[in-house]
Order: sequence, then structure tokens, then C-alpha cells
Amino acid sequence: MSMILYIPDDAAALSVGANEIANRFASQAEARGLDLTIIRNGSRGMLWLEPLVELETELGRLAFGPVTLDQVDSLLDAMQTSKDHPLSLGLTEDIPYFKNQERLTFARVGLIDPLDLNAYQASGGLAGLKKALDMNAQDICSEVTESGLRGRGGAGFPAGIKWKTVLDQQAEQKYICANADEGDSGTFADRMLMEGDPFTLIEGMIIAGIATGATKGFAYIRSEYPHAIDKMKRAIAVLEAANWLGDNIQGSGKAFTLIVRKGAGAYICGEESSMLNSIEGKRGTVRSKPPIPAIVGLFGKPTIVNNVLTLASVPIILAKGADFYKDYGLGRSTGTQPFQLAGNIKQGGLVEKAFGVTIRELIEEFGGGTATGRPFRTAQLGGPLGAYVSEDMLDLPMDYESLAQNKAMLGHGGITVFDDSVDMADMARFAFEFCQVESCGKCTPCRIGAIRGRETVEKILRGENVASNIALVEDLCEIMTDGSLCAMGGLTPMPVLSALRLFPQDFDRTPVNPTAEAAE
Amino acid sequence: MIAPIPSSGAVSDHSSPLDSATEARARAICADHNNDPANLLEMLHDMQDEFGYIPSALQNVLADILNLGKAEVHGVISFYHDFRSSPAGKVVVKLCRAEACQSMGANGLIERILDRHNMSDFGTSSSGVTIEPVYCLGNCALAPAAMIDEQLLGRVSETSLDASIATHMQGGQS
Repeated sequence: MSMILYIPDDAAALSVGANEIANRFASQAEARGLDLTIIRNGSRGMLWLEPLVELETELGRLAFGPVTLDQVDSLLDAMQTSKDHPLSLGLTEDIPYFKNQERLTFARVGLIDPLDLNAYQASGGLAGLKKALDMNAQDICSEVTESGLRGRGGAGFPAGIKWKTVLDQQAEQKYICANADEGDSGTFADRMLMEGDPFTLIEGMIIAGIATGATKGFAYIRSEYPHAIDKMKRAIAVLEAANWLGDNIQGSGKAFTLIVRKGAGAYICGEESSMLNSIEGKRGTVRSKPPIPAIVGLFGKPTIVNNVLTLASVPIILAKGADFYKDYGLGRSTGTQPFQLAGNIKQGGLVEKAFGVTIRELIEEFGGGTATGRPFRTAQLGGPLGAYVSEDMLDLPMDYESLAQNKAMLGHGGITVFDDSVDMADMARFAFEFCQVESCGKCTPCRIGAIRGRETVEKILRGENVASNIALVEDLCEIMTDGSLCAMGGLTPMPVLSALRLFPQDFDRTPVNPTAEAAE
Repeated sequence: MIAPIPSSGAVSDHSSPLDSATEARARAICADHNNDPANLLEMLHDMQDEFGYIPSALQNVLADILNLGKAEVHGVISFYHDFRSSPAGKVVVKLCRAEACQSMGANGLIERILDRHNMSDFGTSSSGVTIEPVYCLGNCALAPAAMIDEQLLGRVSETSLDASIATHMQGGQS
């Protein structure tokens, strides 16, 4: 009897013991004389069920999880005898969390061995690139523009227009940079994609190269992601050996080479111009714009900087056409977004849905509410620079425009949930502190504003002149928003002001000196 | 030779002159990266992997090889949180204190872990455990998260962290 098991080697699965589980299965199989093949796939995205083990059957893949080391033996017994087991979750594809998603960008993540090029092609991989090799650059840019694909890093700029700008530049060298400096708390989609389906990102980058005349690419990956860095480097080697990367891709005459660059722990390097400086070996300070990177980018050359998810959405757009992609979504937010449910949430993980799904659907239906079981208080959308939302905002649809109209933002699609034990004044203090730690220091509103902001919120926390200090914080936020060079200083006010606006009671600290306060 | 800039609070012997073996290795690492200034971050990562930190005397060597000002080299090293100017302990524990981990009690956990190692703030304990803050490890659905050396840990507790730290102190991986 032979058996095939899928056990993820995604970093999140490893963080709760997937390797130990895989080793135990292997040694048990050997002891039992069982012909067992273990395929290390990416994660299916149901992270609360990790380590999730899947058994291949004629009916499809059966899921079991979360598997603990002491249950491996009984699980293997059940698998060998086709008996039920307490950890059984049925067919993976039928688990509502998974079934109710619309997976386009993440279609293959968790499905295959991420470095198996045959499995990649068998599941639709390289179809987009093959099509692109037969198209002219202009048409590829038009297809991407037509799809409505917007930058998934947070800014939401139309990808096709950025590409066209680079295509229109005359230069002997152009570059494609994948921004994989995914530093926002509450986000992990880039990491999961690079670990679970790196070929898709690379395919998107090669297509971007063909579309713009860029022959060299960099994937800038944060150093906090050693597993993703390793997987990307190995994926590049596989594609080089198969001549999908190199000086003459499949004899087409097109060239594209790709280099992985490891960040060094600076959050600001997720800002595109700061990232370019970092790839050039410099301090990751922000550059003034204009000129935009599409005109003067890496080493002064025209450069596309796109988020991992933007680039990884391109292959399916090329393969299935702009109309197919455009059918998903809401208004000007077309396609799908891999949302990430994080923090104090019962069923945390990755949910790819068309734009327009409500915050409530994500947190309650997919997420199952808080992990602690305490009442929901707030969620921060779009990372540390994103707004906090209150309970009565949960029916807002998740798309760029609806959130912006409500003084929130989509960012990179992360949703960090908090229960009622959270102190929002302390979160406002933390937003300034984070900006202080991570500011590149180039512009004054961010560099100094963050420190003064933290100090002022600390005064509020101590109950010193609360009303006037709140006014001071609001004034400071206006200066940071209007006067900062980039989103770091410019958006730090977003979590602060949303906390102040939606949760004023948390800032209502007992005055230290009530008489002085009243006299103001 | 210009005297090395003493970094604030660093132990003096970390800014002492380089021995010739270290300098030779540093030059070899630079050569591996084509002595190209654009590869400075890669070189620094390799040097830190090999030496455990970036000895300040190496700044002169780098400036010389890459034809950069020493201030530029110093500027790059000091900009990035990853690069150390003095050696770390035997085990490096990174505890996430970003929002997602805070929502699952990371702040309290950090306090208790520091307390267990008789530390009032991040740094290196007398037993050689370096505890550092980190802002997001990308494991936000399994918060609180930590990283010991390069091993990512999810849903950590005091007990599980203690056990992992002990294993790493003994040289094991997990």
C-alpha cells in the first residue's frame, strides 16, 4: 500500500511544529513498512488548523488538523484503515473557510510542491508567460491596464499605467523590482505566496520585463523572512535550469535575470524609493518625488516597483484575459484581494475574495470572532499605518474607495483584530513610537513629529492637561499628514486620529490636576 | 589611519584594530560580491554571519575597497536594525511587539520573559541570551510570534519560549 501526504513547509506551519510532524510520519511509516511519500506544500491558508496534514485519496485531499506530535500514530492508524479520526476535517476543498474563497492569485498556494515545475505547469503555471512571449509589449501593458489591476502594496495605483510609463522610456537598462518588504503587522500574504508558489511571482516579474523592456529584476525580501528568501532563491535556480530565466528565454530572444536582495530590518524599505536606495547598497532613506521611479528609478534607470501580490496577479490576467479578472470586484476595485486575518482572531489565515466583501464577513464568518472569546472592540485595517475601525463600521465593503471615504484604508489587505481589553490611547502611543523607531529621518514632520507625538500621548495617558494635549496631537497629525515626504510620516496620523475619533473614552484619563485643567 | 568612531555604549574591545585574518576574510567576502558598492548590504550580512557582528574597524576596510567615504559605510551600518556593532549572546531571541502580537498579549509576555532573564530592557542577559524587539515576523495569525536564531515560533507562551531557548542554548534546533 502506498500513501501520499501533504505537510506544509510554510513558515507559519513550521512555527507550530510541521517539521516535527513530518518527521514523525516518516519514521512511523518506515517502522510500519508503509510506502509513504510526503510532499511539502505551501499552506492552504487556514493557519489556525496548522499543522494541517492532507491525505491524497480518490475523492480528493482529506484534511486533518491541527495535528500534534502525540496524535501522529493514531492518525496514521486511521489513515491506513480508512477510519474516522477526531482531527478529521473532511475534504479540504469542502471546508467552508476554503470553499467560500475566490482564489486567483493564490490558486496554487498549498496545492503543489512549490518547487515542482511540472506540477506548476500542470496546474496552469507558465500559461500567462507563454502568451506574453507571443504578444508585443504594448499589448501586454494594455491587457494589464484593461484588467483594472491596482497596486496591492497599499497605494492602489493602476499597474498597467505604471508599466506603460516604463515602456515609453528610452533607456539602455530598465528594472523590475518586486517589493517583498512586507513589514506591516497583520500581513503575511507576500510571505505565503513566496513560500507556497514562488514561480507565480517570478512569472509575473518576467512578464513585466517583457512588457517594459526590462531585462533585470530584483526581489527585495525582508530579512525577517528567511524561509521565503530560501524558497525564492531555489525557485530562481529551477527556472534558470529550465531556461525560463536567462539571456534567451525558451529561444525567444527575450532576456530576464532575477536577483534576490535581503533587507536588513528597516520597515521604511517597504516604501518604494527607500527600497531602491537599499538595493543600491545605501541607507534606506526616502527619495523626493518627482521624478517617479518609473522614470528615474533603480540606479537612475526606469524601474517598475510593484508589490509581490500585484506581480503575482499578472500571470492569471494574461492567461485568462483582462475580462475574466475584471469580472471580480466592486467598482474601481477590480479582481480579488488576498485578505489576511490576524491578531486576536479565532480562525486566522488567508482569505482571497473579490473586493467588496465586508469587514464583518471576514472577521465573523471566516474568522469566527476573537480568539479569546471576549467581545470584539476594534480592528486595524492595512497595517500599522492604517485606521482602526469600530463595530458599527463592520458592514463596510473592503475596497479602495469605500474605505478611503470612511477615513480608513485597505493597505496590503491585513485585518488585525482586538478584543475589548485593548487600550486605544496606548495603541495611539504605539503608532507614534513605531514611527519613531522606523522613520528614515529624512523629513522633519516624521522624524521629530513621531517623538513629540509619543511624548504628548504619554502626557494624556498620565492625565496631564488632557484636553489641550489632545488638541496638540490633532494639530501635530495635520502637520505630519501634510508635510511628510512619504506614507510613513504621512499616515502615522491615521491610526492615531481614528483611535481618537472612534474611541474618545479611552483618552479621557483622570486629570492629575483638575483645577488647572478647568482654568484653561 | 583615522581612529574608529566609538559607538555609544559599545565595549571598547569591539572597536579595536582588526587582526589580519579577519581583514583577509572581509576582503574575500567583498570580492565574492565583485567589490561592488551596490552589494554593500549583502557583504554586511555575510560578514555578520561570519563574525557575529560588524567590527567597527571593518568600516575602514569597506570604505577602502568600495571607494566610499567612511561616513557612508558607517551610515549604512547604523541605519539598518540588523547590523550589530558588538557580538550578540549565544542565542538571539526576537520577540514581536507589533499590533497583531500585542492583541494577543505580547507586551505582558515580553515583560515576563525579560524578567525571567533578570533584564529590565532588551539586550543580552548574563547567561548569554540576547532578547530583541522585532516589528512583525509575518506570523500574525498565530500570534504572539517569536524567532530564535532563524527558527520561527507561533502561539508562544512563557513555557514554550523557555523550552525553545533552553534547546537553542544547548545547540539544538528544536
